[in-house]
Amino acid sequence: MREYVKLAWRNIWRNKRRTLITAASVFFAIFFALIMRSLQLGSYSNMIDNAVTLYSGHLQIHAKGYWDNKSINRTMVADDQLMGILDKQEMVRQVVPRLESFALGSSGPQTKGVMVMGVDPAKQDEMSNLSGRLTKGKYFQPAEQAAIVGQTLADYLRLGVGDTLVLLGQGFHGATAAGKYTIKGIVGIPKPDLDNKMVYLPLQTAQQMYMAPNRLTTLAVNLHEHGDLSAAVTNLRNDLSGSRYEVKTWREIMPELVQQIRSDNASGWILLAILYLIIAFGVFGTVMMMINERKREFGVMIAVGMHKIKLAVVVTLEMAFIGLLGLLAGIAGSMPVILYYHYHPIRLGGEVAESIKDFGIEPIMPMAWQADFYASQTLIVAAIVVVAVLYPIYSITRIRPVKAMRG
Amino acid sequence: MKILTLNNVHKIYNESEVQVHAVNGVSLEFDKGEFAAIVGPSGSGKTTLLNMIGGLDQPTEGEIIVDSTNIGSLKPSGLIDFRMYNIGFVFQAYNLIPVLTARENVEFIMHLQGRPRKEREARSRELLEAVGLADRMDSRPSKMSGGQQQRVAVARALASKPKFVLADEPTANLDSHSTENLLDIMERLNREEQVTFIFSTHDNRVVKKARRVITIEDGKVESDSTQK
Repeated sequence: MREYVKLAWRNIWRNKRRTLITAASVFFAIFFALIMRSLQLGSYSNMIDNAVTLYSGHLQIHAKGYWDNKSINRTMVADDQLMGILDKQEMVRQVVPRLESFALGSSGPQTKGVMVMGVDPAKQDEMSNLSGRLTKGKYFQPAEQAAIVGQTLADYLRLGVGDTLVLLGQGFHGATAAGKYTIKGIVGIPKPDLDNKMVYLPLQTAQQMYMAPNRLTTLAVNLHEHGDLSAAVTNLRNDLSGSRYEVKTWREIMPELVQQIRSDNASGWILLAILYLIIAFGVFGTVMMMINERKREFGVMIAVGMHKIKLAVVVTLEMAFIGLLGLLAGIAGSMPVILYYHYHPIRLGGEVAESIKDFGIEPIMPMAWQADFYASQTLIVAAIVVVAVLYPIYSITRIRPVKAMRG
Repeated sequence: MKILTLNNVHKIYNESEVQVHAVNGVSLEFDKGEFAAIVGPSGSGKTTLLNMIGGLDQPTEGEIIVDSTNIGSLKPSGLIDFRMYNIGFVFQAYNLIPVLTARENVEFIMHLQGRPRKEREARSRELLEAVGLADRMDSRPSKMSGGQQQRVAVARALASKPKFVLADEPTANLDSHSTENLLDIMERLNREEQVTFIFSTHDNRVVKKARRVITIEDGKVESDSTQK
């Protein structure tokens, strides 16, 4: 095999310019594929990060059946056993308790259906930086009879800091849920649908209003790493199987986000496929030229006793070397760019940034740094080389030495 | 001792409905150690005959027996192995592998035979010394003259220790000095290694050196004579 490797390596340098042009086509295709894909995956990661930290958490625990029928009557008590199971999970970074329901919000003559979210002030702030999003007023304290509302909702209800918001709804097991709360702050929620309906209350205050002391609708769970999600869900579902709890991932909680990423991802793959086609045609063209130029030589080699299959191995090795050169150069060239923008994301400005903010997403474009993506590119290029040399190899098997040597 | 027998060998090409009888009933025998030239004008069928003897082309009719093996009965892959172990080739255009040095070109066929490295190195050195290229072992073909390349081709042809060497117009691209030099080398190797050489040629300098001259015309053997 060493002899064939040597032969193949020397052969590719017989026509340096052609080898370098072919390797360059692989280089550019890989370079742009990696950059484009990293940007795409980075953007998805950013979208998920934002959505997860702002609202859902990586996963949520509810009373069984709550997610399909979000009723205040399907609340739960987070008992010691449940909290013990969560404490035991090393992947879990944070557990944020909530009581979520709907109510009618009113201020003066204005009335609107609102979403009430009772939160642990400190934990919720740690998760979604709620205090950092305040545009007016101050952050609330535990058990305070105060509310923080979204900016759009505040505008609609003509509420300012210090004004009173009246909430009226249905409490636990048919009780009336009603209360008057002073507006302590107004937040800009970077998700228009939430900004238009969100009322935050301290958890105990919300539990009092809904007549549901100690009861929760949701335990939002954040993990140390995105990648731990499936392992964490498996563990929790195992630990909680047969109990009165259900575990939902952010994918189940926000299917529209999953769908958005999926459709964008498909367009990304189409672009990648075009780049791969460029590689395939480049390699195919080169190998066909090589074979036509060297038919006489191949004829001689077969005449003196070289089996066609060995000749095919040499030609495949030649293409593998060219593909590998382009691939390694592409990886080496893209790595510093990707690493830089992974740690220093591109920060968008102007109207583009504003429109992205409207979707509740931080207007940055980080690049994802994923080793498995490099591995998959290597495999794809290897597969392209194999596919691109199939026909040339077939044509080698058809070579008749006498005809080939005649030229 | 007979090493090669041709029995009533025909080769017919069907070129656009017109049949061309390139070789027409040739029967010949060659003994070990012969130094024979097949001569004839262009288109007389000598290259076709040589290709069939070398197993590069199949006869339309008749049989070619090398050392009791009818090469027409071999499968394509068996034929490649047969050529590798039994037949050496020297081509008109040298046809060395351009990316390999003289030594590597000579070793190439021994590598295909799976011979050990030490044996390959020793044999290639011995052969390149024998053809007077001890000082050009590490040169690539592009750095050598036509005569030198053809001498490497002769060394390559002998490297596999074949039963016979087929040389198709080996001097056609060489000047008279290189031709003389090459013929002397081949004659000496023929004597020393007892390898049979069969040339196709219309070069009188080769014909003069040959001990047996077979004349072919229109695909038929016109004469077959020995000379001193």
